[in-house]
This record gives sequence, C-alpha cells and structure tokens, in this order.
Amino acid sequence: MARNPDADNAPVKKEIESPTSKYDAEKAASFKVVGSRPARPDGMDKVTGKARFGADMVMPGQLVGLILRSPHPHAVIKSIDSSEAEALSGVKAVITRDDFTPNDDHADVLYNIMAREKALYEGHAVAAVAATSRAVARKALKLIKVDYDILPHVTDVDEAMSPDAPVLHDNIITRGVSPTPTKPSNVVARSEFGHGDIEAGFAQADEIIERSFKTAATHQGYIEPHACVANVGTDGMSELWCCTQGHFHVRQVCASLLGIDVSRLRVTASEIGGGFGGKTTVFIEPVALALSRKAGRPVKIAMTRDEVFKASGPTASSSMDVKIGVTKDGRITAGYGVFRYQGGAFAGAPADFGAMSAFACYALDNVKTEAYDVVTNRPKGAAYRAPGAPMSVYAVESVVDELAARIGMDPIDLRLKNAAKEGSKSSYGPKFGSCGLVETLEAAKAHPHYSAPLGPNQGRGVASGFWFNFGGETCSNLNINADGTVTIAVGTPDIGGSRASMCIMAAEELGISYDKVRAIVADTSALGYNDTTEGSRVTFSSGMAVIKASQQAVTEMCKRAAMMWDIPAEAVTWEDGYAKPSGPNAGDFEPLSLAEIAATAGKTGGPIAGHHEYNADGAGVSFGTHIVDTEVDPETGKVDIIRYTVVQDAGKAIHPDYVEGQFQGGAAQGIGWALNEEYIYGDDGKLQNAGFLDYRMPVASDLPMIDTVIVEVPNPGHPYGVRGVGETGIVPPLAAIANGVSAAAGVRMTELPMSPPRVLKAIDDAKVAAE
Amino acid sequence: MSGIHVSTKINGDAVEYVCDVEETLLDVLRDKLGMTGSKEGCASGDCGACSVTVDGRLTCSCLMLGAEAQGREIGTIEGVAKGTELHPVQQKILDNAALQCGVCTPGFVVAAKALLEKNPDPTETEIRYWLAGNLCRCTGYDKIIRAVMDAAAEMRGN
Repeated sequence: MARNPDADNAPVKKEIESPTSKYDAEKAASFKVVGSRPARPDGMDKVTGKARFGADMVMPGQLVGLILRSPHPHAVIKSIDSSEAEALSGVKAVITRDDFTPNDDHADVLYNIMAREKALYEGHAVAAVAATSRAVARKALKLIKVDYDILPHVTDVDEAMSPDAPVLHDNIITRGVSPTPTKPSNVVARSEFGHGDIEAGFAQADEIIERSFKTAATHQGYIEPHACVANVGTDGMSELWCCTQGHFHVRQVCASLLGIDVSRLRVTASEIGGGFGGKTTVFIEPVALALSRKAGRPVKIAMTRDEVFKASGPTASSSMDVKIGVTKDGRITAGYGVFRYQGGAFAGAPADFGAMSAFACYALDNVKTEAYDVVTNRPKGAAYRAPGAPMSVYAVESVVDELAARIGMDPIDLRLKNAAKEGSKSSYGPKFGSCGLVETLEAAKAHPHYSAPLGPNQGRGVASGFWFNFGGETCSNLNINADGTVTIAVGTPDIGGSRASMCIMAAEELGISYDKVRAIVADTSALGYNDTTEGSRVTFSSGMAVIKASQQAVTEMCKRAAMMWDIPAEAVTWEDGYAKPSGPNAGDFEPLSLAEIAATAGKTGGPIAGHHEYNADGAGVSFGTHIVDTEVDPETGKVDIIRYTVVQDAGKAIHPDYVEGQFQGGAAQGIGWALNEEYIYGDDGKLQNAGFLDYRMPVASDLPMIDTVIVEVPNPGHPYGVRGVGETGIVPPLAAIANGVSAAAGVRMTELPMSPPRVLKAIDDAKVAAE
Repeated sequence: MSGIHVSTKINGDAVEYVCDVEETLLDVLRDKLGMTGSKEGCASGDCGACSVTVDGRLTCSCLMLGAEAQGREIGTIEGVAKGTELHPVQQKILDNAALQCGVCTPGFVVAAKALLEKNPDPTETEIRYWLAGNLCRCTGYDKIIRAVMDAAAEMRGN
C-alpha cells in the first residue's frame, strides 16, 4: 500500500494478503557483502559530469519544444488561434487541446498536461510549439492568441471548502458524505479511519489539548527540471527519453493519451536529478510526443525552473485540527484529527494518507481521523516523500509534546508508554507486524544528543514518524556473462544509489565480489512492467527480485556443474561462489567457480540467467524518531538548527552510506518545510516566489552535520530483513523542529513554515497576551 | 539576429564558436559544444549546478553570456579529472557517498575545487558558506562537507 496517491494515475491493484518472502536469519548472520560501503557503479560518471540526465540527450534533427501557459489562475478558454504561429518560418508543429482526444482512463492527467475547457491554475499548459530553435519557438508562443474569460479563483484550502467558493469542476460531487450532496463543490472526498469510541476515551482523560494547525504547500525541489526527448517514427514506432521515477508508468499513460499500443512506445529513463515523488507522473512527455508526431521530427522539452514551480506537482497545503486526551500517568486515552488538504486543481491530495499516518506511532484504543481532499486553483499536486504524512504528524506530535509538558513527563517516555509495536492495531486498520518504533525511541533517549546541555534561546524538540512502505509489481533480470561477471537489469530508476544495493545483494547471493556485478536500469522494452520508484520500494522489491533471480541462476549453475561431473543436480550445493559436490559425492570433484561454469556454458546448455517477476508484498513499515536543537533569535525570529539526530529503523541497511543519506536528506527537506519553504500566492491567485531565490530551500550554511543512527529490526517479509527507508525521514522533522522552536520561543507554533516574521509575531503576540 | 564569433579557451583547449547575443555561456557549453556536465537547474544563478571558472574565478555559467567568454580561460567539470585520474574532491565525494542523484555534483566539484585552490585549509563553516551557492536537495550536505574536508586534508598532505 501507500503508492502514488495520484488516484488518476494509480489503477487499483489487487493486494496480496501475505508477504512474498520470509526473513532468512541464518543468511543474515553471515553476510559478507551486505552492510559494506563500496563505491556506487554510476559514481564515476557523476563526479566527472559524464552521466546523462534528462536534458543531456540530443537526437539527430531534434526540435525545441516550448509550452504556452495560462497567466490566469482560473479562466474559460474560449478560443485558441495558432494560425500566425504555424505560419512562422521554423515552426514545425503547434498543438492545443484539439490534438488530444478525450481519455476516460487518464482524464485528469490529460486535462493537466493540456488545458481543455478551462485553465485551472497559473501555469496550466494551453498550447505547445516545436520549432527549429528556441528563439523561433519563443516567438511562436507570442503569436498564439488565446481568448480567456477570467473567473474568480481560490487557492486556500479553507476558503475552497466554503459554500460560496468558486467551484473548479462541475463534476466533483463530494464522495464519502451522507446524504450525497446535490451540488458540485471543491471537496472531492471525505474519508474516515479509526476504531474504538473517542468520546468514551476523552471522558477517561485527565488532560485534553485541542489545537488547529496550518502548513504551506512545498515543492520537492529536485535540482533537475523535468526534461525529455520524444521521437515518433513515420511508422508510429516511438521512443521517449526522460527523467522519471517510473518509465513503465510513463509509457502506459503516454500510450493511452496518444492512442497507441504500449508496444510501440519505448521509454528510456535517463539518470534522474532528484524526484522525491515529483517525477512519478507525466507533464511534458505526452506533449513532446504529440509535437513529434505532428512535426515528424524528434522534439526536446526541458522545463525552466519557473515552470517547475508553477506547473509540476508540489505537495498539499493543509489545515488541521487535532485533539488528544491523556491520563496523568501518560496513557493516551483518545486521539482525534481532521485533516483538510488541497492538492491543486485536480483530485488526489494525499489527505487520506495524512489521516492514516497521523496517529500511526501510537497503540490507541480510541482513535478517529477524517480526511478531506480539496481542489484549488493551484498546480496539480504530485507525491512528495511520504505524501501527506509530514503535515498530519506535525499536528499530532505537536499536541503530544504539549501534553507531555502539561503532565510533566519526558516526551520520549510518553511516546514509549503509548508506542505502536508488533501486534498493535494501527490507527488506520491493520495490525502491525514486527516493527522498530520502540527501538528508535530507546536509541534516541540513550543518544548523547538527548542529554546535552542547551544554551540561551535554545530549545530541544523530539518527534516520531512513520511510513507505510510499498512493494508492488517488479521484474528483474540477471545474466551470468562468459567471463564470470554478472549484469543485472532492473526496471526501477535509481535516484539515490539503488544500483549499488542491487549489486551488493547479487554479490551476496552469488558469493562473488561486488566489483564483478553491474546493475543497469533497463528500458521498457527489455523487462516486464515495473511499478515506479516510489513508496520506498526499490531496495525492498527490486532487491528481492534480484535475490530471487540470483537464486535461480545458482540453481542453473549447480545443474551445469552436475552435468560436467555427471552426477545428479541435487547432489550439488552452492557455497561462496562455487558449485561443490555434496552428499555421497562430496569431495569427489574440485569445486567449480561461477567463472568456470560461465566460461563453458555454451557447451552445457547455453547462456545462464535468472529472472524474477512478482507483485511484492510485505514491505514492512518504517518508524523513526528525530531529535533537534533549535535556537531562536528573539530580535528577528530567525531559527537556527544547532544540532540534529535521526534515528530510524532500516530493517537491514544493505549499503549503510545510502541509508544514512536518505535519513539526512529527509531531515534536510523537513527542515526547509518547517522553517522557510512555502508557495506564496498573491490575491491575484499567482505564485509570487517561483524561483530558488524566493523559494528558500536549505543551503549548506543553513545546516549542521546531521547525525544518524541506523536501527535494524529485520522486516519479516524480506529475506535480508530490508525495510524501505526513503520516506520516513521527512515525517518527524516538521514536528520535531516545531517542538524545539516552541520550547525556545516559549510559545506554541501552529503554522508552518516558521519563517522569521511568523516566529516574531508569535513571540510578540504571546507577550501581549501575557500582559 | 546576427551571430557573434568567439575565441576562447576551455579546459586548456582553444575553442571557437558563433553564438547569438542572448545565449548564455551555459547554453553554449551544453547546446553548441556538447559539454553537458554543467547543468541548468535554475538559469538564475541560485543553484550553482552550472558552476564553471572564468580566469580561475568561480562563476555561474548561466549568468554569463557566451559572447563574454571571448579571450577568457574557462574551466568546466569536464576538465577537472586528468584522464582517468580523479581530482581529490571527486575521489572523496565517491568515497564519502556524497551524492545521491548526482545532478548537483559537477557544480559542487567545480566550486569545491575553486575553494581549495584559494583556501587549502578551510574550516567547516568556511566550506559551508563557500558552497552556499550550490543547492543539493538529496544529501542534506553532511557527506559533501565531509568529502571536501577530506579532500582538503589529502591535498595538504595530511
């Protein structure tokens, strides 16, 4: 579960009920390669500038594609006249909504990549051109005449929910409420999760705190803008090069939107310059394909940073109410939360994930959460690292922190007392299997950071967080080469070093050294369908497929050795990279190495390979606990992060460097979200800070070193015990930092980001209130 | 729009090209010369992914016109390693796993090399402020800073 929340992109999949695999404790006790820290296979190309990212591809005769975007946040598109642009010398194609036929399977995606009846946000694509140069393409955009009828707009989630708000879509009738509304609104759906009786629970509480919170929309902030090159052949055979987290998904959606067979479109995933969920869908790819089809030449489109901010998929902003009751001795008796998320102009705000994960850290008898998915005149949201969870957990962990102070209990002790553990019924339904929240809390409490003295104007915050993790459809190949080396093909783009982990797992299973194995991300024509790199699934799912493919190859190599020795295949075992005769034949023959078996494969039956394809289940949740020291300047309201420690359960760290990297990166993104990053809209409904100068992501001088503690509670659903680690790291920081700042400033911070003006105002308001 | 003829030196090699007046040095490097190691992350000088040196000085190539390279000496990521021999900054970035997606890495390599040429023994704080013009969204900078400190130590012979 917990894949891309983009409902339109994500067909409902049949869930498998039991884990695909089981933890192999015996194997784990004797790891030789797993847990080591070798250099990654793509590292050399990346430090020398040779690695090819989305915008680095050139196809012969390629044209430049540019997109015309709506300057209005909400407007009817009465007409589009592109005749002058088409007549301009050097223009080879112009496309508009008329070049795409309606598509029931991907209606919202289609509407988002090229506006239809209305432009729904500033930056919504309305037309595109392909021309021989950027200068000509720019000129052509200016010649396209769009006649707009401007409509009132709404960008705030609470305003969008009010009965008199401008309504974006005539066909959105709120789901999940009774009776079914008779009129359309901006509320796509209400969902509810939980169990027990919260009123009875609150009646048992000695202390109850109820607060409202708001968080701003943030952007994933990957440094590489979206880019692609599309080439539709004269016979319709098409190729697409693009930076994406999921090229199989891109192929499926693009083929559908263009009305072509999937087999006619071959998608190659370039190296990807960051994604964090934001590259799990399509924006420019179908446009480039449609332009190429019309022009008969390859077309490259690369977004500018301004376009990335205005027209790719940021995350939701939120408005939330949380109420928690606790006894004097620290037992949480009830938890209740309402989470209203806007996800831009189309359905799919991750409100349900927010509501499901809000109380996931706690084993509660009485818990209830409500989620509202709301549309506004903002760009269609996309997934962002643990989509929906950081905000709701910020609200819950803030109230938990305040309750701990109220009853005079250490905040880690309060969490330990109520922590979810194996067998606990989760706040979103299922029972937890083996999981490591308690272990992260204990490790955090024991960490020297937690007891270090604080200076003036400093405050320490802690918070825990959770992510579901995901398995999903996976297909990997492994080839034993004639020289004894091994090549792995996976279908999951490598964003953070996963190829290194794949090589480690194959080396471990085959009993050969890491440098004999190479992993590549294969294109869509080379493998069966692979789900996207999302849900922290790659090291878990593709890794397990690599392990199984290795085991298959081992079985085959044993068979070949048996053939060479003329003994039964069952009488051969595989040990440390060698086939050895066993049982009655033990010691009869010299062991045969993988390289020796590979060298003679042509004489024993041909090439040796392994493959594995499955729908992985049993991903195993990951919990984390963060500690942060903040310092607040009472004069300016500026917050500095003085010290930061991440403690998280990785199940088993295959390549610890990249596990630490995920922890540190998640924390840094969370720090930005907590302190500075926000989509700022003017009254005109236009984004006011669509650039890195004004959308202030953390830079090196903003941050301290980020300490990490890898906790390893093996995932029972993976042979090596792996849990996904990519997303959990961004869940606790918002709350941990807010708790630290609240302690330092002496006032509870209920709105993010905690930018200097907001912190200063909170301090001043508290002073006024105290007087 | 008439083209401007430019004679310059890139990574020690004499290079000539004709560019439009509006083209940035980054456009020229990437689109005209096929040197795609310098990346465009923002085109506004805020991310540092296009970092180059101009007469030894660290510069965002997106903030400089291609025409302005006339008579200058440009250094790009492609010229940092000598054949297969990596610069210590590159090697230490690999050793420290100081990259995840790697798109910012060329900019960090060029910027860190420029720092160490100017200041062979920087403090952690000096490194953090020098590299504040280079955005990395994946790593939280921790391993990058450690890599640069390691490279500095190695270059000093420690």
